[in-house]
Amino acid sequence: MHMADALLAPAVAATMYVASGTTAGISIHKLKKDDEPQKLPVMAVTAALVFAGQMINYTIPGTGSSGHMCGGMLLSALLGPQAGFLSMIVILAIQCLFFADGGLMALGANVWNMAFYGCFVGYYLIWRPIMQSKLFGADKKAQRGRIVLASILGCVITLQLGAFSVVLETTLSGITELPFGAFVALMQPIHLAIGLVEGLVTSAVLLFVFESRPELLQCVQPAEGEGAKRSLKAVIAVLAVVVLVVGGGLSLLASSNPDGLEWALFGNAEEGYAENMGLDEDDYGIESAAAEKAGAIQEATAFLPDYAFADSDAAAGTSVSGVVGSAMVAGVAVLICLAGGFFRKKKAEA
Amino acid sequence: MNKMEKALHELTEMDDLAARSSPVHALHPTAKLLSTIAYIIVTVSFDKYDLGGLFPMLLWPVLLFEISGIPLRTCFYKLRIVLPLVMAVGLFNPLYDRAPMLLLGGTAVSGGVVSMLTLMLKGVFCLMASFLLMATTPIDSLCAALRRLHVPGMLVTLLLLTYRYVGVMTEELAIMTDAYHLRAPGQKGIHVSAWGSFLGQLLLRSMDRAQELYGSMQLRGYHEHFHYAPIRAFRLPDGLYTLACGAAFLLLRFVNLGRLLGGLVVR
Repeated sequence: MHMADALLAPAVAATMYVASGTTAGISIHKLKKDDEPQKLPVMAVTAALVFAGQMINYTIPGTGSSGHMCGGMLLSALLGPQAGFLSMIVILAIQCLFFADGGLMALGANVWNMAFYGCFVGYYLIWRPIMQSKLFGADKKAQRGRIVLASILGCVITLQLGAFSVVLETTLSGITELPFGAFVALMQPIHLAIGLVEGLVTSAVLLFVFESRPELLQCVQPAEGEGAKRSLKAVIAVLAVVVLVVGGGLSLLASSNPDGLEWALFGNAEEGYAENMGLDEDDYGIESAAAEKAGAIQEATAFLPDYAFADSDAAAGTSVSGVVGSAMVAGVAVLICLAGGFFRKKKAEA
Repeated sequence: MNKMEKALHELTEMDDLAARSSPVHALHPTAKLLSTIAYIIVTVSFDKYDLGGLFPMLLWPVLLFEISGIPLRTCFYKLRIVLPLVMAVGLFNPLYDRAPMLLLGGTAVSGGVVSMLTLMLKGVFCLMASFLLMATTPIDSLCAALRRLHVPGMLVTLLLLTYRYVGVMTEELAIMTDAYHLRAPGQKGIHVSAWGSFLGQLLLRSMDRAQELYGSMQLRGYHEHFHYAPIRAFRLPDGLYTLACGAAFLLLRFVNLGRLLGGLVVR
């Protein structure tokens, strides 16, 4: 879901930077107010672990494929939403800077799509309410059930929100010709499946932490007793079905009812084409002394005078000069490479 | 080599590249950071059909790659990550936007194809620029530059600490994964029975390690102020470089160099 720089218009990227930057500022303020300096190395080590842990492939039983864990939910369950958010920013920055996963300009949008939803929405609207509720009972088994439920719901919902944001940001940037509804229908179901698997893997890791060191988890109270046996597989199966039905229904609805945004973005496309097609020779029709001189130079240097395709119009003629010019730029780039190689060789010989 | 070892290799490779010396490496990190950001903004601001205008933007990274002696092939290896999503989004353009835009040798090229190519080139150019920044600037210097630009200290320290631990954690997980696979031959990933314990055990150990790390930091005098790499002053050549880059980008943005050069030979 990492967006590259090319998928965003500068205005959208800047807006996302402001949104993510403000959230980061609030998070830093909150962490400073809590005055827990020892949290910084814990955040760093956990972030590094999550970064590396996301590269592990977990085999999905019964299928040939594998899944990964969800960093945002894991970090906010372990460190809290603010510290989790900052750790996610750092993970995304390292992925972008050192692994070209995402872009420098798209970092604000990526932080919003993956860290904000995963940490804040995932924590305040899913993890905390579920963990503080009395769902499934009050014993340890019930707590396990709540952890699984919160992890799966958290990953699925936050990933859906993230995927929807990717669609929205790309469409608002005017990058893709794919209609808004079709793009949504393409992105949401894929991320529904990914979210389910990520949720299961994340819940497995969190359950292990809960069994060994429950005090490390946010909003988890010490259990009152072991309680009756309850099959977690059943909980997971029911959840999976519910999520599939709800998610599938939602994406169908989204694809069959393209909304006003789609009309606004694509409905008036014809006018846009006409403007963009304005590549005629009028651009060169400035009558001035400088233009005349340029014309004289052009006459002298042009080795393809009056060159145009047999039955092409002016636009095509202009585009030919563009293409030839681009080829010349490419030639200059190759020359730079050759010169660089030549000078390096000379230096090595010296 | 497993996925994690590959990642480690990539990290060390970037560190090695950044440790080289060249006129580009010698520039102030703030100058490089600002010029890279300016380049990316100008590159993505081109119109989706302005393929000819965008193409000359290639010259800046190519020139710097050559001056710095950074191999272009290392950069293009990283394209395997960035290009799939860009392509997935751009591939639909030719299907939806079929209005002919230009004629090449009698063949009409649709607007969708032009916008798809523009999108891909933007992706490649932006990647080249960010790669160049990281391949010529050590992370310590970059963090020091970020502090100079008033990015909050907590975030910068966290970035630096995490970067240092990414290597340690990735190495540890690579060893664990190898050990696991040696004991489970023919298995594709981690079996469902070990989903929680595999990462969980390392997670618990790491969180304890972090507490020890904090203790050792305190013993060495850490008190919420991190000491970054010594960074030299921002000198006149750095300022001139930044200004020259900015001016060149603006010029390339508003003057179609390709058409200008083409105009010299084609009427």
